[in-house]
Amino acid sequence: MIRFVTSRLFRAGLTVLSVMTFAFVVLRMSGDPAQVLLGPDVPQNVVQDFRDRWGLDDPIWQQYLSYLRAMLHGDFGLSMRDRSPAIDLVMQRIPATLQLTIPALILQLAFGIPAGIYAALKRGTLADRGVIVTAIVGFTVPSFVLGLLLVLIFAVTLGILPSGGASSWQHAILPVLTMSIGGIGVLARFSRSAMIEVMGQPYIRTASAKGVSWGDVVRNHALPNAAVPIVTIVGFMVGSLIAGAIIVETIFSWPGMGRLLIVSVTNRDLAVVQCILLLVAAVMVVSNLTVDLLYGWLDPRLRQTAPAH
Amino acid sequence: MDNLVEIRNLRVAFDGVPVLHGIDLDVAPGEALGLVGESGCGKSVTWLAALGLLPGKATVSGSVRLQGQDLATAPRRTLERVRGGRIAMIFQDPSSALNPVIRVGQQIIEALRLHRGLTGAAARAEALRLMDLVGIPDARNRFSLYTHEFSGGQAQRLMIAMALAGEPDLLIADEPTTALDATIQAQILDLLVTLRREMSMATVFISHDLAAVAQVCERVCVMYAGKIIEEGHVGQLFETPRHPYTRGLFDAIPTLSGPLRRLVPIPGTVPDPRELPPGCAFAPRCNRARAFCSQHRPELLPQPEGRQLACAFPVPITQDIVHRQEEYQ
Repeated sequence: MIRFVTSRLFRAGLTVLSVMTFAFVVLRMSGDPAQVLLGPDVPQNVVQDFRDRWGLDDPIWQQYLSYLRAMLHGDFGLSMRDRSPAIDLVMQRIPATLQLTIPALILQLAFGIPAGIYAALKRGTLADRGVIVTAIVGFTVPSFVLGLLLVLIFAVTLGILPSGGASSWQHAILPVLTMSIGGIGVLARFSRSAMIEVMGQPYIRTASAKGVSWGDVVRNHALPNAAVPIVTIVGFMVGSLIAGAIIVETIFSWPGMGRLLIVSVTNRDLAVVQCILLLVAAVMVVSNLTVDLLYGWLDPRLRQTAPAH
Repeated sequence: MDNLVEIRNLRVAFDGVPVLHGIDLDVAPGEALGLVGESGCGKSVTWLAALGLLPGKATVSGSVRLQGQDLATAPRRTLERVRGGRIAMIFQDPSSALNPVIRVGQQIIEALRLHRGLTGAAARAEALRLMDLVGIPDARNRFSLYTHEFSGGQAQRLMIAMALAGEPDLLIADEPTTALDATIQAQILDLLVTLRREMSMATVFISHDLAAVAQVCERVCVMYAGKIIEEGHVGQLFETPRHPYTRGLFDAIPTLSGPLRRLVPIPGTVPDPRELPPGCAFAPRCNRARAFCSQHRPELLPQPEGRQLACAFPVPITQDIVHRQEEYQ
């Protein structure tokens, strides 16, 4: 178990380091922050001064090493716009993003999984078809289309909800809906197929053959087995929620991390972008790590690293 | 003696395609009945249908009486009491027939709770006794293990322990040794024979392994394409099979003793249930078939020597065998 955890932690660290390195290199290769930030009309000596100050003319490996060194001391760099610590800028935005992603995740779990299980148990009926069709529509419509559609219906036509901003809890309704609907669809479809797969297993027939009631077969014999694939997809969805937040926060002018990322990329505000990407990578890695650990808890067959027998 | 189970005119269709064409079958208390035939002939379907375990797309008709009580029309609650409590079933691949995420001891305890109301320490003690009974060594320490930590043979023993938990009157063993190594097969067969004797529990042994059937059963039904085509005492059927299909089954098995002979396979394959011939279903593969056979479907009829047979032109029996046959009656 300890070996399992340490090997996973090591891989997690490696993943985060790769993301950091990749972001660092790509950001520096893809544009000159000095030109972007200062604009085209600024005299050359000002641009050169800016470059010297931020060390942009140093060889890239030197910049990278000093970035890593600073990181080890907990220094995530300064924003090139106003010289405030990048980490502070990002941290200020995190609560707003969580206000969207956490309710969205809860909605996804609360509606997606039960809908999928219900459809699986009613397989082939009208109810099942209804769930499948709704789910497919839900996850094929891109979130920017869905967001605008919701704005059109609830903000423009009905006028009952605000179309953007973050001044009250009502402002969160449309962005949360936009973020969760796709995930509900994915989770419903996935839970359905996981459950159908499990319900066809011989041990389900065994449970029925020994006199377990239908409801207990589903609850005690099928669900614990279907949990493994469902947990896997939930792990991925946590990652895609963050990606979704970038788009949705932009549509609804929600002052979260996603919007900060868009603005910072446009401005080539290197430290801020790196800081956000690092955070996103960390969230993904932690959620995958959690899934891996949950596997062992959910499925005894996956507990040993060495194969049994 | 009253029969324990009486199946009458049991028919099953999957999505409108009939796969079981009117099965009549009796099981006497304590009897060991074998059900043989190629895969897909309806051996397992018969019993899954009797216990209401077929998926929703199956339509079942006919009656299944358990000591007078009709299971076909019984409410779900009653059926759940019967399953595992009166009629238990074990399956082909024991490793996948046990739930992978529930400790094996708990799976046995679940059956004990359902059918005997045992909980807590009493249930645990009884589960351990059953594991002991079926020959799981060191049951106490292996009680909390999971299915994947047992070999196939051990898993089948656990399945048997679980089946015994409800103290059933009838155990349906659906190809219980097919997925196991030969040496383990013999152990499991021995276990089934011993348990049946000790617990005076009837056994229906579903198999395509004729040697295994001979070891376990007293009476045998041979099925082909959803019908019983020959039925009789195991010795009678094995010595003088009369249906050409039964005969074919024996000719296709190698023997260790006696002169070396060429194996005779049955030509062709089992017909598709959607395109069953109008007459005898075996006629297209039968070396004794005549024009009559492809038009007329033979009924299962009692024969003078005591067996039942569904064939218009059966393999003849010679006179000296007839005398020996009479001993079986």
